Amino acid sequence: MTNVARGSLLDIEHLDAKDITALLTLARRMNPLKPRPLLRGKRVLLLFYEPSTRTRSSFEIAAKSMGGMTTLILSSGSSIEKGESLLDTAYTLQAVGADVMVIRNPYAGAPLLMAQHLKVPVINAGDGMHEHPSQALLDAYTILRHKKTLNGLQVVIIGDVYHSRVARSAIHLLSKFGAHVTLCGPPEFLPELAMCLAPGLHITRTAEEAVRGADVIMVLRVQKERLAGMKIRLQDYIARYQLTLARLKLAKRDALVMHPGPIIRGLELTWEVADCPQSAIVEEVHNGVPVRMAILVRALGKAK
Amino acid sequence: MADKSKSGSLLIKGGHLIDPAARINTPMDVLLRDGRVADVAPTNKIRGGTDETFDAHGLVVAPGFIDLHVHLREPGQSYKETISSGTAAAAAGGFTSVCCMPNTSPVVDSVEWVAWLQQPQRGAVVNIFPIAAATQASKGAVLTDFRGLQRAGAIAVSDDGRPILNESIMRETLRLAAEIGLLVIQHAEDTRLTENCSMNESTTSFRLGLRGMSAATEASIVDRDVQLSQQFTGARLHVAHLSTAEGLKAVRRGKRSKARITCEVTPHHFSLTDADVGDYNTYCKMNPPLRSAADREALLVALADGTVDAIATDHAPHATHEKIIEFEKAMFGITGLETALGLAIARLHREQKISLSRIVELFTAGPARVGDLRGRGTLARGNYADVTIFDPKKRWTFEAAKSRSKSRNTPFDGWPLTGKVVATIVGGKIVYKSN
Repeated sequence: MTNVARGSLLDIEHLDAKDITALLTLARRMNPLKPRPLLRGKRVLLLFYEPSTRTRSSFEIAAKSMGGMTTLILSSGSSIEKGESLLDTAYTLQAVGADVMVIRNPYAGAPLLMAQHLKVPVINAGDGMHEHPSQALLDAYTILRHKKTLNGLQVVIIGDVYHSRVARSAIHLLSKFGAHVTLCGPPEFLPELAMCLAPGLHITRTAEEAVRGADVIMVLRVQKERLAGMKIRLQDYIARYQLTLARLKLAKRDALVMHPGPIIRGLELTWEVADCPQSAIVEEVHNGVPVRMAILVRALGKAK
Repeated sequence: MADKSKSGSLLIKGGHLIDPAARINTPMDVLLRDGRVADVAPTNKIRGGTDETFDAHGLVVAPGFIDLHVHLREPGQSYKETISSGTAAAAAGGFTSVCCMPNTSPVVDSVEWVAWLQQPQRGAVVNIFPIAAATQASKGAVLTDFRGLQRAGAIAVSDDGRPILNESIMRETLRLAAEIGLLVIQHAEDTRLTENCSMNESTTSFRLGLRGMSAATEASIVDRDVQLSQQFTGARLHVAHLSTAEGLKAVRRGKRSKARITCEVTPHHFSLTDADVGDYNTYCKMNPPLRSAADREALLVALADGTVDAIATDHAPHATHEKIIEFEKAMFGITGLETALGLAIARLHREQKISLSRIVELFTAGPARVGDLRGRGTLARGNYADVTIFDPKKRWTFEAAKSRSKSRNTPFDGWPLTGKVVATIVGGKIVYKSN
């Protein structure tokens, strides 16, 4: 990527495995309970154009716990409502003294656009249907707390891949480390084009086939807000693709169940699966803090 | 040589004349007098004094180029372009005539606006042929006054950018236009299926998380329109900026039928593919979108084999604030008047070995036939003295900052091009000369 401030995290696609490993190593050195003041005096601008619970709070806690100051800008209640453009908002926040900007935006490529025009690093906290790199990093971090390596792991991503920025980032990351990734969903959610994201991807339309023998099952949320005119019958989807205890039994005994949240119990997974012993859903959220601490530290160039 | 010639006479001497409609591809001198072609003869055979002489040694002399598809943005959007700036860009690109689309603000759907476009106060430096809206405000509901619009100077009707989807409205459009011999231009896109889409459906769109337009949304409309056209004797349907292999097949089917079907292709569709969108380059966002490599290949074949009737630029200037924004929010379209010839020669002639004569045909006789622009597209004696003189071998780099257009939205900034316009002559008067 051209002319982007060092320390920016815009996507997983353009990161190499070495960068990712370095970030994960840094994340393991972060202790949210006894944080070092690595961001003292640093101003972290959180610019959120879309709702967020996990990502926003964990970036905020990550920054504050290391002594950084955070300012939250939401699209409602700011000049964004008055029609200020993304770039003008970005210039404004840079002018008030932001040291790093964390942005979530409904438009794919919005963080890159900002990064191309700003001097400070930009961190993508989710852009449209494109990528959600910090989520992929915390998922890798979580998997690696349970599995020795990503290489050779059987990972299933099940659900609405088409609309999912989480899936795109996860697929890039897992493939870079040699995991065997199987994608599963109906054609509306999983067009054959998805195969282009990385070499060696598999697609299946049957949940049972996908889950059989899996080490990790990543369940995606059905994103009703992005369905825009798509005709998909939720009852059919539930019947064919919902992760149930019966389907989970087909996976390896120690298979990990993951979900980026927010989960919709009874839709993409059952209540029982969400809370089963193999579920890492809550742990993922927990791991979001050290991983985002590492992302912020990398952006602001401290802690060698 | 002189910079300006009013009426009077101008002898273009020593050049190589390529006039495909007249089957001329040989050194010839051309004499222009009183706004018309007075004589075309072998080098040094034209005797008698002339007011001015243009030395065209080493250059190609061609009938004036005609662009069937430009957006000049007036009335109403002069921050993007004006008729004056847009036609200056046209002249620099070798175009002596441009046909301007009606999707302005307001839409050119009345006799008054068609007349307004042609008034001398607009400051056009090349010929303007208005294309009027087919339906009021291009809303696709109520037809405009075709007869009146034609009388006022409209050469075609089109709801460009807002294709006529309603079948009965399209049938009425074709029927009424056929009655008076008016051309109907359709932007072939089933917009019911492309809502919120910002590029071609492809591996690139999937990777970027952008909603993709399927290639099928073009062919389905072309097929339907071809079928409707066949119902009316004299109907002339022109498919704007054709972009897909499937769309081409539909055009070929149409050309085999008794209907009069023509089509145009833009320089960007024969030069670029959807992969050029890269990481959200909004200068590669246009509609129809850049398509797959296979689609581009099909266009190259069709440009060579005669299926395509014209190269048209779809010159679509936009202000910076409409382009340097989020990809999905950015306006569709790029400028194209000044890069068309350089791209055609670099891509079609040098790379694809398409003859210069065929390329000139796509810029002259082809579009003149499509638009039924009588007295243009060929330098027959008595025709309008519209001439384009270019150096087919000149290698140069296009610099957007030096464009005569008011806008800079082009993916070709800094591109090496081959073939450069040296002079553009409209009605016997030199309106552009390169230095």
